[in-house]
Amino acid sequence: MAAQKWVGQSLKRTEDPALLTGCGAFVGDLPFSNLCHAAILRSPHAHARIRKVDTAQALRAPGVLGIVTGADAARLTGPFPVGVEAPVKYYCMAIDKVRYVGEPVAVVVARDRYLAEDALDLIEVEYEPLAAVVDPELALKSGAPLLHEAVGSNLACHRKLRYGDPERAFLEADVVIRARFRFPKYSSTPIETYGVIASYEPTTGVLSVWSNFMGPFVMHSLVARALNLAENRLRFVAAPDIGGSFGIKTGVYPYIALIGLAAMNTGVPVRWLEDRREHLLASSSGTDRVAYRELAARKDGTILAMRSRWIDNVGAYIRSPEPGCTFRPISNWVGPYRFENLEADASVVMTNKSLTGPNRGYGCGHLYFEMERMVDLLAEKLAMDPAEVRRRNFIQADEFPYRTPTGGLYDSGNYPGAFEKAIETARYDELRQEQVRARAQGRLFGIGLAVAVDPSVSNMGYITVALDPAVRSRPDYHPKSGALEAATVKVGPLGKVTVVMGSAPQGQGHRTVVAQVVADELAIAPDEITVIDDLDTFTRLWGVSSGTYSSRFAAVGTSAAALAARKLKDKLIDYASRLMEVPRESLNYSDGMVRTQSGEGRPLSLRELAGQAHWNPDSFPKGMEPSLEATAVFGFAESKAPDPQDRVNASNTYGFIAEVMAVEIDPETAAIKILRYVTVHDAGTIINPTIVRGQIYGGALHGLGGALYEELVYDDEGQLLTGSFMDYLVPTASEAPTIEIAHIESPSPFTTLGAKGLGEASSMTVAAVLANAVSDALKPLGIQIDELPITPSRLWHLMEASRGTAR
Amino acid sequence: MAEHRKIQLKINGELREGWAEPRRLLVDFIRDDLGLTGTHAGCEHGICGACTVLFNGEAVRSCLMLAVQANGAELLTVEGLAHEGKLHPLQQAFWEHHALQCGFCTPGMLIVALDLLRTTPSPNEEEIRHALSAVLCRCTGYQSIVEAVDAAASRLRPSR
Amino acid sequence: MKPSPFEYHDPTSVNEALELLRRYGPEAKILAGGQSLIALLNFRLSAPAALIDLNRVAELSYLKHENGTLRFGSMLRQRAIEFSPLVLQRLPLLAEATRLVGHLPTRTRGTIGGSLAHADPAAEYPTVITALDGELVIRGSLGERVVRAHDFFQGVMSTALGPDEILVEVRLAEAPPDSGCAFEEFSRRHGDFAIAGVAAMVVVDGARCRMARLAAAGVGPIPMRLRAAEEILEREGLSERAINDAAASAAEIVEPAGDLHASADFRRHLTRVLTRRALARAADRARGK
Repeated sequence: MAAQKWVGQSLKRTEDPALLTGCGAFVGDLPFSNLCHAAILRSPHAHARIRKVDTAQALRAPGVLGIVTGADAARLTGPFPVGVEAPVKYYCMAIDKVRYVGEPVAVVVARDRYLAEDALDLIEVEYEPLAAVVDPELALKSGAPLLHEAVGSNLACHRKLRYGDPERAFLEADVVIRARFRFPKYSSTPIETYGVIASYEPTTGVLSVWSNFMGPFVMHSLVARALNLAENRLRFVAAPDIGGSFGIKTGVYPYIALIGLAAMNTGVPVRWLEDRREHLLASSSGTDRVAYRELAARKDGTILAMRSRWIDNVGAYIRSPEPGCTFRPISNWVGPYRFENLEADASVVMTNKSLTGPNRGYGCGHLYFEMERMVDLLAEKLAMDPAEVRRRNFIQADEFPYRTPTGGLYDSGNYPGAFEKAIETARYDELRQEQVRARAQGRLFGIGLAVAVDPSVSNMGYITVALDPAVRSRPDYHPKSGALEAATVKVGPLGKVTVVMGSAPQGQGHRTVVAQVVADELAIAPDEITVIDDLDTFTRLWGVSSGTYSSRFAAVGTSAAALAARKLKDKLIDYASRLMEVPRESLNYSDGMVRTQSGEGRPLSLRELAGQAHWNPDSFPKGMEPSLEATAVFGFAESKAPDPQDRVNASNTYGFIAEVMAVEIDPETAAIKILRYVTVHDAGTIINPTIVRGQIYGGALHGLGGALYEELVYDDEGQLLTGSFMDYLVPTASEAPTIEIAHIESPSPFTTLGAKGLGEASSMTVAAVLANAVSDALKPLGIQIDELPITPSRLWHLMEASRGTAR
Repeated sequence: MAEHRKIQLKINGELREGWAEPRRLLVDFIRDDLGLTGTHAGCEHGICGACTVLFNGEAVRSCLMLAVQANGAELLTVEGLAHEGKLHPLQQAFWEHHALQCGFCTPGMLIVALDLLRTTPSPNEEEIRHALSAVLCRCTGYQSIVEAVDAAASRLRPSR
Repeated sequence: MKPSPFEYHDPTSVNEALELLRRYGPEAKILAGGQSLIALLNFRLSAPAALIDLNRVAELSYLKHENGTLRFGSMLRQRAIEFSPLVLQRLPLLAEATRLVGHLPTRTRGTIGGSLAHADPAAEYPTVITALDGELVIRGSLGERVVRAHDFFQGVMSTALGPDEILVEVRLAEAPPDSGCAFEEFSRRHGDFAIAGVAAMVVVDGARCRMARLAAAGVGPIPMRLRAAEEILEREGLSERAINDAAASAAEIVEPAGDLHASADFRRHLTRVLTRRALARAADRARGK
């Protein structure tokens, strides 16, 4: 283990000078010669049969080079594999039917985007509108409009999962709490939208695609199959800079197929830059969910069991990696609590809405909103302090690694310690006293708590729990698992260190962080290291789990880099022992030099070692590879496929979050003012504290957006009512709270440096802590928040109803 | 072939010219015709602010202007902030305070902050937040940007 | 999102602009600040055959102060109004409202005339002009006419401007001595259009209220002048009770519609709250003088 000089420091980012001076290289900035431009014709109907697509007039429009329609897609592409048994056929564009407003119906390729959009206006499509359904519970009722005839219902997937003995727990319980929750469909809406540049080379049969797709790279295989391309003829290149993703740019992959098809069909390189209207209409979002929860507890506050019935709305097609919305958090379905009995009845439903996928927090925002509201409801029922109820139920610090009933393996943590730190930092007792005073004055002052286990680094196998165990046990079924990352560290002829990785970052500062890690390992300065992070499937070591999503890089990326650096260090020592003609055991590496432990002889610097190695490779010992380059692939031991009892460790590192929020509600306008917001995070070893602070703030704003401002609202006909930033409200600097942040560090035993993922963080907890605070504030009125977003209008109506003055 | 008009302007101190259809948006002219891709288009309906540039010294949303309207004007974009290789105090402050992550909104934030500090050299926190509300960021949660602008304001104010 | 093609003209005089309007009729749209129109063009929600850009008509950009009236050229930028010491001193209600209009970059281009001609009932400027009984000077093929605010705004995004007419000037009487004003707005985020807003001006005379002017934004098809509420104050003064009565009356007058951001009932309720708050502040300011 290297001395920590750079890890733990808040180094300024090496990424910044270029970004600050307008020299970023986002996909829309990449120069190409002879580039043509695509515009997509999208369905105006939520549900309709396509009778005819007439492109004759559009083809004659100025600057148009070609148009691709569903007929081309049917002829030249296949559907994308889906992660469920239901035979849903999902193509890159609509073929005989449209199932959501915004679904691609045709692609025009023209000399510029303006001309392409002009041609869109000339395409004539004959639709036969069908009834639409957007509510997931209504979609399950008999007689509801049917989206996929071959499936026979709108149910994409249904699993009933049972762990422990929930029936007995409910029978033995002193108290049972029941509640229903609604969680909104919303999106992280990165400021840079999707972008794809596709170029097909007919002489080699290679389709090259530059885009801001960021993983998981299993989607490369899906696109290869859809386009009937051999996978080694399909090249994905991640743009050097990606303008934010938060999981949303996983949904770029169907557009890679669509624009790839357009490029192959028209014979010119094609660029498509999604505009904001398209992004809100047809990119990706989280699911809207209806949840029915039951909690069984003893009267001392001990939770015995939980039951959940979930109805998740994945939109018109169940697009991979769904139903991750439901199953991504399976391993931490118990959160930080030690109850052993739970049941989940999970329905994944398709309706005429846009498609879903990972959205910062990926299911954990839903999970903890429900769970932490239930815990507060329990506290209220038992007339206990909600802090005390939580204390009674925490997994204790000496129980790690902790196996959850659903198969999760919590690597490390100190939940009571972190929780007390949040309570102390927030001066919780003082807040309660202030509440007494405020209530006496008739003020609506509330305090909310929320705790969460923060899972990161997806085990790719988790999603297969959506399949029935009988399917998974078939002899022809191949289990899926794993979370890997690779790094190469090399020394050049003049002794300089370069690190090469391919992680497709979207602003997380990977190059800076990796330089810090390798600097410590090789005892050199970070600014002497060049870090290359470009994911090109032709030239980088990559796998199905590659990419930056699920907060994985801090855990796997830094581990891979550290391991590669250590491997290189070993090689340097081996090589030096040959040059110095002393046994390997008598040497060590420090301060960028290999020296004898006794101090005898001249130490060899990196530069000298490199000079010899490159210019005189004959100097390498026989049997040793003649290179000063080391590659490491990092993986986890406990990243396995689900077992037949549907237990799986869906993540590989588990952090912890404890939050306290104090709010006051204006009784006249129902405006919510956040008076204090404290968050304590445990993400193991922290590599760059300032970067961590930025992630916490960013995640909190995403959570706040879904809790108060953001919702993709559809009318009953499936028309999107929030189709622009005028109506889809992204919080601005004026709405952003100031957050008091504290940390504890419980290093993970499973990663090389003990770091865990943190990128999603408070996006999972803000809705919960805010809803608890608002419910607490409105206790005098008996209002419980069970639906988001909490808009002033909705809140005021609840307040009026309880005051008996509702109209 | 649609009507094209000649556009001559000064951008980042340099005289440039081009031809554009009247409907061509200023942001597209800056990015694609003048090759200055530092200014970004994030929404094309004037809310996200990533396209903000200085137009005759005042911040404007370049997605809500036509290129032809810039004929004869002086523009400043993010590429024009640094001077002879030295970062502008705002850029320096953003770097020191980690006021960017993905960098996509950053050009808009810098220009809006510049306009703010030129009109209000000593803004308080509320004034900074209100001004920055003109640009949407999804990465930073805004706190570090507020701190950076505050630090830059101190540096830019003439000392007493 | 790119505009459809259009013919483009950038006249340098009002007469030239009028001639173009005559030529194109309803097929042309006037481009003022562009902060609303260009967004509509980008969405292709508007696709006029021609655009008449007034940004080079220098004669429409001025601010004059004559005989107790402030006269604004219709192309005067909101930014200029925001930073005008004259407006701050003589028309503080307009100065206060201006800081709520969008964001500084939108105010750099946005104009007073453009905002009024666009006539969004949730916008600040139409509400202030309604409260203060402003006059709008319109020029067309038949010459010039002056229209009062309450005749100018006719429906949602609909005004008295004919297809061949241009708004050239806005006239507002300067605030009387012993007056106080306030603009109270409720919106989801800073800079958004108001869910509801109230512009208030009161003139005090001892314990009496000599004049009250009130208008509400976002609660009807046009900015709603709250005459009945004004009369209560002019009759009863500015006591807390009178203000409450006026606020209750305001809530009765308005005709809010509901949308996905707020229900009609909530908007009606906000009218009452904001009227009270605006009057309380305006009265304080008037007394403070």
